Parts: sequence; structure tokens; C-alpha cells
Amino acid sequence: MERIPILKMNEFLLVSIQVDMHDRLAMTLQDDLTERIVRDHARGVLIDISSLEIVDSFIGRMIGNIAAMSRVLDAETVVVGMRPAVAITLVELGLSLPGVRTSLNVDKGMELLRSSMAAVGTGPDDDR
Amino acid sequence: MTGEDTWPIRSSQDIVVVRQVVRMRAVELGFNLVDQTKIVTAASELARNAIDYGGGGTAHIQALHNGGRVGLQLSFEDKGPGIADIELALKDGYTTGDGLGLGLSGARRLSNEFEIQSRPGEGTRVTITRWK
Repeated sequence: MERIPILKMNEFLLVSIQVDMHDRLAMTLQDDLTERIVRDHARGVLIDISSLEIVDSFIGRMIGNIAAMSRVLDAETVVVGMRPAVAITLVELGLSLPGVRTSLNVDKGMELLRSSMAAVGTGPDDDR
Repeated sequence: MTGEDTWPIRSSQDIVVVRQVVRMRAVELGFNLVDQTKIVTAASELARNAIDYGGGGTAHIQALHNGGRVGLQLSFEDKGPGIADIELALKDGYTTGDGLGLGLSGARRLSNEFEIQSRPGEGTRVTITRWK
């Protein structure tokens, strides 16, 4: 069966979406990714969409679902590499990807995940 | 000088094919990258709607040459249950399915012209045009 590969990079998982997504592939990715977050104790997920020529509401919903599931499993999601034409179209479509963080590329996404983890590690505790 | 293409939309894979054909036509007509992306995204939304709500249908893809103006017209037709309240269906965030409710309203925003015909029990036809 066709699958989207999930790569482990230190404490993070990297998913590079390079094919035209269809429903079954998206569902398989959600299943595989949640399983890998748990198995690899991943603290963050990078979704590279630099190869995607469009992001429609189906893909947008999938990205939102992945971010929500990851959050519940204590991992943060960053979407990286969105093309400018895709960003313009997404906003006009009305999709703002709430709750999803974005970075321009994989390196910056990794930096973002590292710094937000460091902030959680040393942040002040209000004793609640 | 118009050429019309008709494509079946029955499966998720057909949506991918429709997207590729629309992209090809838009490139042929000289649409810039942003306009290509907009019309392909709108096509994707409407093709998915035809499957999710209409039980599948047909996509018609037609190049328009109208007194020096060049455009691309897409029409999505299904024989599904139809839309009872079109105004409501066009509202952002409204859905009777499990989607985000952006398909119709988003496709309208991504197009220059938008027309919808639907009757309960008879099906739905959505036509969009984007001019170069």
C-alpha cells in the first residue's frame, strides 16, 4: 500500500508530503504518525509541504487534525515550506490553519520546535 | 475556438486527475502561478463536493476566448440530493458533512464568476470562471 514516509530526526519526526494527497493516503498518514509519535517519544512533528502545488480544505483539515492529535500526545506540529502562491490561495479560500505553527523551511521549523521546548523546560511555574 | 473536456468524478483519485487537467489547461492559457493555484484549488473543492454530497458526478473543463479575453470555465455536475438552501450552503463554515464548510464559499472567492443551480432531488451544477 502507498504510504508517506516518516523520518526520525533526533527527537522530531519529519514528514515530507510529495504526492498528490487523496483520502486514504491522508488517513494512513494520521494513523502512522500518531503511532510513531508514541513509539519514538517524539516531541515535535515537522510537516514539509514544499512540494505541494495546492492546499485545499481537505489537506487543511488533515493538517489541522495531525496538529491536534500530536498536541494531545505531547508533540508540537510545525508546517514548513508553504509556497507563496499556496499561502495566497489558502487565505482567499478562508483557511487560516488555526492552531498550526508554520516556518519557512525545515531548519527554521526545527529551531522553532527546539526553542519552544526549551521555553517549556525552563519556564516559570505558577504552582497550579 | 473552444475545446471542452469532460471528466468523471467518482473517486478521490479522480479529484487528483481533475486537478492535473485544470492545471494543464491553465498553464496552456498562460495563467500566472497564483491564478493557476486559485483555479486548481477551487476545482479541488468542487470536485470533492460532487463526491461527498452528490455521490459523484462530472467535471466539464472549457477554455474561453471572448473578444480578446481568455478564461477557464469549470462546471461540476452531480445527480445527488441537491441543495435545499443555497444561501445557507454558501456560508463560511456551514456544512452538512464532516468537512470545514469552506468548499462552496471558498471556490466562489477563488473565482471571478460563480453560478450554482440546484434543486432538491435533482442534483447540483456549479459553474466557475476565472479570467486571465
